[in-house]
Amino acid sequence: MAKSVKKSPVKKPVARKAAKPAVIETHESPAVVKGAEPHAPTKANGTPLVEMKDISIAFGGIKAVDHASIDLYPGEVVGLLGHNGAGKSTLIKILSGAYKRDHGQIFVNGQEVTIANPRDAKAQGIETIYQTLALADNVDAAANLYLGRELKTPLGTLDDVAMEAETRKVMHRLNPNFRRFKEPVSKLSGGQRQSVAIARAIHFNARILIMDEPTAALGPQETAQVGELIKQLKAEGLGIFLISHDLHDVFDLSDRLVVMKNGKVVGTARTSDVTHDDVLGMIIAGKCPKGAIPGPGAMKQVA
Amino acid sequence: MSIPSASSQNPALDNEGAVKRFFRATEIDTRMLGMIAALVLIWCIFDVWSGLHLHNNLVGEWFQGVISGSDGLLGGTFLTPRNIWTLLVQTSSIAVMASGMVLLIVMRQLDLSVGSMLSLVAVASGVLQVYQLGPSLGVGHPAIWLLAIALCLVLGTGIGAVNGTLTAYAKIPAFIVTLGGLIAYKGIAFYLASGETVAPMDQRFEVFGGGVQQSWLGPFWSWMLGLLVCAGIIFAIVNGRRQRRRFNFPLRPVWAEVFLGLMGSAIVLGLTNVMNSYPWPYNLIANYAKDHNVTIPPGVENRDGNAICMAGDQIVHCTNGLIYYTGYSLPVLVALGVGIVMSFIAARTSFGRYIYATGGNPEAAELSGINTKWLTVKVFALMGLLVGISSVISSARLNAATNALGASNELYVIAATVIGGTSLAGGVGTIYGAMLGALVMQSIISGMSLLNLPAAYQDIVVGGVLVLAVWLDQIYSRRVK
Ligand SMILES: Nc1ncnc2c1ncn2[C@@H]1O[C@H](COP(=O)(O)OP(=O)(O)OP(=O)(O)O)[C@@H](O)[C@H]1O
Ligand SMILES: [Mg+2]
Repeated sequence: MAKSVKKSPVKKPVARKAAKPAVIETHESPAVVKGAEPHAPTKANGTPLVEMKDISIAFGGIKAVDHASIDLYPGEVVGLLGHNGAGKSTLIKILSGAYKRDHGQIFVNGQEVTIANPRDAKAQGIETIYQTLALADNVDAAANLYLGRELKTPLGTLDDVAMEAETRKVMHRLNPNFRRFKEPVSKLSGGQRQSVAIARAIHFNARILIMDEPTAALGPQETAQVGELIKQLKAEGLGIFLISHDLHDVFDLSDRLVVMKNGKVVGTARTSDVTHDDVLGMIIAGKCPKGAIPGPGAMKQVA
Repeated sequence: MSIPSASSQNPALDNEGAVKRFFRATEIDTRMLGMIAALVLIWCIFDVWSGLHLHNNLVGEWFQGVISGSDGLLGGTFLTPRNIWTLLVQTSSIAVMASGMVLLIVMRQLDLSVGSMLSLVAVASGVLQVYQLGPSLGVGHPAIWLLAIALCLVLGTGIGAVNGTLTAYAKIPAFIVTLGGLIAYKGIAFYLASGETVAPMDQRFEVFGGGVQQSWLGPFWSWMLGLLVCAGIIFAIVNGRRQRRRFNFPLRPVWAEVFLGLMGSAIVLGLTNVMNSYPWPYNLIANYAKDHNVTIPPGVENRDGNAICMAGDQIVHCTNGLIYYTGYSLPVLVALGVGIVMSFIAARTSFGRYIYATGGNPEAAELSGINTKWLTVKVFALMGLLVGISSVISSARLNAATNALGASNELYVIAATVIGGTSLAGGVGTIYGAMLGALVMQSIISGMSLLNLPAAYQDIVVGGVLVLAVWLDQIYSRRVK
């Protein structure tokens, strides 16, 4: 039995320095995470990893994000929820440098930073899995994984074999059945494409990870694997923004929840302080429950 | 027994046919193979057709010609060393530009201004040589050709960068920017020389056109070069194999590697042989002999062959005389060199990778941190540089620069690129495909002029071939998908 597992062609030893061990070692997944319960941080314990303050952006007349503020602490997963078109993707795209905000400030580790383009964001250790995946369809998985930061040979040319070898390792962790390393990603299934996008985001020692519906196209096994991955990355001290419409997943994985509606933040709550119904009320009606801190988008209570 | 056998791991491989297995193992691009087949077909048709022409459509006599081998490969005037040699020289300028147009179109851009740009650059360099440097440095001064070429390259790159900047940063569609360029650059070219033909070019500059004996490599160095390229092919294959072994990746079967090495070498050496079979024109041989005190052997007048000998005091063709062969000519070498460098850039550098990725999904490329605007400027500038190179070849070949030198070149360049399999939707295209496309087009043009068909027919056929090629390509890709 064990023998046939060893035969898997992707598990061949690789003669390169073990790159990014933080990302590669998954096998003894720490169940410790559960014990780390008090990490649900309060503003008191330290500076947030990321703080977006009073962010606004409008497209034409539409205020896609309207004076929204969110923050994220190291080792924390913050779930971002809201109806379709609530402004979740737009808000995180401002953080990832894809959009330029009209108003507001971004702080990383308490320092104000300029994020004018995706390069700036990556320089701050912010990696993003976009809802649209943002893959170059005509090149293969390795080319996508390393796009913008290719491995080079000593001569300065692309080291395609080394990139493929690394890609095989990362992909094996996310999607062990994946074999199609030579094909352009346009030929892959939706879930396989999503795995490539996830691999790209976790491969470069991110400090801050943005996941915009990372499991929308994944099968149950792969989704569970991404869940494990999130827990592990969190244990390693990353901060993660998780956007998802799946309340179960969000409750399972997040420490705090932020709900948006029509571009505004309805409220923020510790996951343990609210119920599914509370959150549904926030999403649908903008009703801020007891356990949550209301934001500018909260429905005014008719007392 | 729980260990699966090698074949059952990949059931798809078991029941595929020999042909399919061959293509999978060798990783030969079947689309390119189709193009080569089309090219060979075109060549054969023209040779047979011109052969029939030669013999007044008498099939019997034509057949005699084929058997005796006195004419082209199939009895005509097309598949002769002389014609192939000329064909390659004629193709080089368009082929050089097509290699850059591929990258632009892959990136979802387009440059309609290359023809006018070529005229402008050529006229500017002509004016510099003939009206400025000639009088001031003295005609034939060795600095002239260097400065003239430098001007071509710098000016081309600069104009390309302007096109790119307007496209990327001012966000004007490339179609509009370069359509404006098409019109405007032609105007500037006219203005620079008041519409006159600037001639003659500097003597050393002229070497780049392939029309003078200094631009011919000669058989010895042609063979050396051919062998060097063969060595390069073998090195690339061995090195690729070593690289893949380093990471324990699946390797191509050895027979496939050997086949590829032999095939590549055979093509290179075959081409070298053809180039080395084209003799100098006899009057050049006579002049050379006179200048270098080589005695021209006496001979008998003979219709066959191209050598030179004296019959009385008359210079005639004969077989037993003095003969020199041209070998590769400089413009062809430049084009081949450009092709190799551009293919390398496209496949092996991050610059090339970014171009393809941007063409596949511009938004994804931007989100990956690629500065796509600056990339656009660089690719347009590269296109301009290549136009600069082509302008040297074209004006040197004509030994003159006119504001009509590059007329319609943009159409031929784009047509060559598209015939070569580059998709206008972006993301897909190869350098060698575009260069082969240029060769296909030039073959049709020169084949038809060999048959003395009116020039109008050439345009009609080239246009038709362009549309046909894209149609066939679409059928092909639909079947492959
Ligand atoms: N590039 C754009 N141009 C114009 N309008 C945009 C653009 N991107 C987003 N919008 C608008 O901004 C609003 C917020 O969109 P956003 O994509 O952030 O929603 P979302 O919360 O991510 O929704 P979903 O759950 O469907 O992903 C929508 O009204 C959308 O139409
Ligand atoms: Mg969204």
